[in-house]
Amino acid sequence: MSKTNIGQELSSAVRPAIVMTILFAALLGIVYPLAMTGIGQALFPAQANGSLVRDAAGRVIGSTVVGQAFTSERYFQTRPSAAGEGYDGLASSGSNLGPASRVLAERVAADVAKRRSEGVRGAVPADLVTASGSGLDPDLSPEAARAQAPRVATARRLSVGQVRALIDAHVEAPLLGAPHVNVLALNRALDGLSPEVFGR
Amino acid sequence: MTIAGWALILSFVGVLLALTKPVGLWLFALYEGRRTPLHHVLGPVENGFYRLAGIDPAAQQGWRRYAVHMLLFNTALLALTYVVLRLQGVLPGNPQGLAGLSPDLAFNTAVSFTTNTNWQSYGGEGTMSNLSQMLGLTIQNFLSAATGIALAFALFRGFARREAAAVGNFWADVTRITLYLLLPLCVVLTLFYIAGGVPQTLGGVVDVTTLEGARKTILLGPVASQEAIKMLGTNGGGFFNANSAHPFENPTALTNFIQMLSIFVIGFGLTWTFGRAVGNTRQGWAILAAMVILFLAGVSVAYAQEAAGNPVLHQLGVAGGNMEGKEARFGIAASALFSVITTAASCGAVNAMHDSFTALGGMIPMLNIQLGEVVIGGVGAGIYGFLLFAILAVFVAGLMVGRTPEYVGKKIEAREVKLAVLAIAVLPLIILGFTALSSMLAPGLAGPLNKGPHGFSEILYAFSSAVGNNGSAFAGLTANTPYYNALLGIAMWLGRFFVIVPMLAIAGSLAAKKHVPESAGSFPTTGGLWVGMLIGIILILGGLTFLPSLALGPIADHLAMIRGQLF
Repeated sequence: MSKTNIGQELSSAVRPAIVMTILFAALLGIVYPLAMTGIGQALFPAQANGSLVRDAAGRVIGSTVVGQAFTSERYFQTRPSAAGEGYDGLASSGSNLGPASRVLAERVAADVAKRRSEGVRGAVPADLVTASGSGLDPDLSPEAARAQAPRVATARRLSVGQVRALIDAHVEAPLLGAPHVNVLALNRALDGLSPEVFGR
Repeated sequence: MTIAGWALILSFVGVLLALTKPVGLWLFALYEGRRTPLHHVLGPVENGFYRLAGIDPAAQQGWRRYAVHMLLFNTALLALTYVVLRLQGVLPGNPQGLAGLSPDLAFNTAVSFTTNTNWQSYGGEGTMSNLSQMLGLTIQNFLSAATGIALAFALFRGFARREAAAVGNFWADVTRITLYLLLPLCVVLTLFYIAGGVPQTLGGVVDVTTLEGARKTILLGPVASQEAIKMLGTNGGGFFNANSAHPFENPTALTNFIQMLSIFVIGFGLTWTFGRAVGNTRQGWAILAAMVILFLAGVSVAYAQEAAGNPVLHQLGVAGGNMEGKEARFGIAASALFSVITTAASCGAVNAMHDSFTALGGMIPMLNIQLGEVVIGGVGAGIYGFLLFAILAVFVAGLMVGRTPEYVGKKIEAREVKLAVLAIAVLPLIILGFTALSSMLAPGLAGPLNKGPHGFSEILYAFSSAVGNNGSAFAGLTANTPYYNALLGIAMWLGRFFVIVPMLAIAGSLAAKKHVPESAGSFPTTGGLWVGMLIGIILILGGLTFLPSLALGPIADHLAMIRGQLF
């Protein structure tokens, strides 16, 4: 390179920098996402719009992908959530509490006590008393679901065996992740099993 | 730890090793400027861009011109994103009716995405409109990644060329990488993610009445198109606050696996491209071997710690591993693995909250960043960062045997070593300096959520992440304040360009040198001894620099945790 000064270098770069920014903005910021939206909506309309679940009347009751809070004793209850006031779709978040946090230890102790009062014996499944990363976890581990089987069975006057069988039928065991149960699917199946007890 | 967990980890590495050469070959074609099959479709776009911008793609640039054009382009992109974010309130594509960002937050975010950091001071939902996600952020995800790879190409040319004045053409490199590598792959990945359950719509919110009768809101948007480049470009900035832990960003174990592969695949390929560029692919495999050994060591520690769990919770009657901050569908192995990948690369996406990892499990992601993210590393940035360490390693080896060091056919002399030391030394200086400052000043101390040593870890992690252009966080830290937005913004800019400019100077200096044929006296840079040297240099430099601060943070935290001392 010959002895060019920095000012010349800069001025030679101004036009390409500005024009390329505009061109790439159009291609990557507008054309690409809009084209993908069009193709995605055409090929996979259900997933592209959030995998929504509707009831018989056509009302949206949730999404198969995103979790919702279940607190009733008649349902399998979801994990503690740090998203807003709990399962807030506009404020996904974990608790971000560290391992030696007093706040964490007190929260977990309270949840463990609650599970003990519902008859859970032995070691409590970890995911049942810990907050997920998103605060919108749609799943439970099979152990955390089974730990709730006696309570759900009592509340719905079903046998524990019936409830356990329902859990087993809903366990997904992906090769590349952990075995889990989708709580919304499980609870809808539960409503199918004993609608007379929990009439709407 | 389980057999299934280790099977996941080893199959992950196995798939990547199988992809290394094919991806490396494709990258080599782009490095050389050869035609690819995609030129039939996208060639007119490429040429149209050059014509409109007045660029001659064949014009070769010396390292100074290459650097100036790169810097000015990045500054223009920074300005675009800043303006889009500030004006969000009056621009279209804003179904939630969100207001424009404050100046400090817009500055921080614009720097963050331009520097490939993608630190999120904001929560994704409730801050960014759909247009901001697309026009402000997605475009940066592509171009910061393309810039990184282009810079790696420039350094490769420095090693490969003989008595040359130029290191390539910045515009040709960036355009080709974007059009023939990133964009086509992202089209495929986007469709894969949508099929797996990631939304892609211009709609906003959906009202839901839950099974228990509660009224809730589900937020949708053009998530999948952002997700694809977020991982492939090692960007890491999520559509949602919870990032890849959010079920809409990462719905299944399979999407999780593909996301993890996307983070590493270009980095793996670039090691092969480097070997090919300097005429000996074993040079590339040697670098990859050192990286993979360091990576697996990190995974082993993080996975073991997370699987062992938190003794504080065991005391309370909780079973097994540490699930705080982790998603049930991923479990412990896939979460620990993801955390090590995302910090080994400069990605910074998270599928679990690092802040809630066990003390030592969370130290591994932090240490990965502090080692300079050279274990695979960010796209482009990983390999050029690693080659700086390689220059130091041959220098140290040269001192031990008393010969002028050489690397892949080039003499490494005082100028290169000085520049490499400059690039490597600036990072810890900023990380530790800003951490110390923030541990003393009131606005800094206002940040941490956790008390005790973990609070210090949150600050240390933030500056490590910013300077390392990672973008992950111990997210308990309240960083959306003028103090942290400004300081972290500066840290990100310095961390990116204070490595790049000395690195380009090395590229220019090397390109001008004669080729030195390998002789009996050359230190071999392909065998096990060399791999050991590289690992040693990286660990000793990183270890000596950061051990004291890690002792104050995660190590103190660990000792408290095992004693059951709470803060």
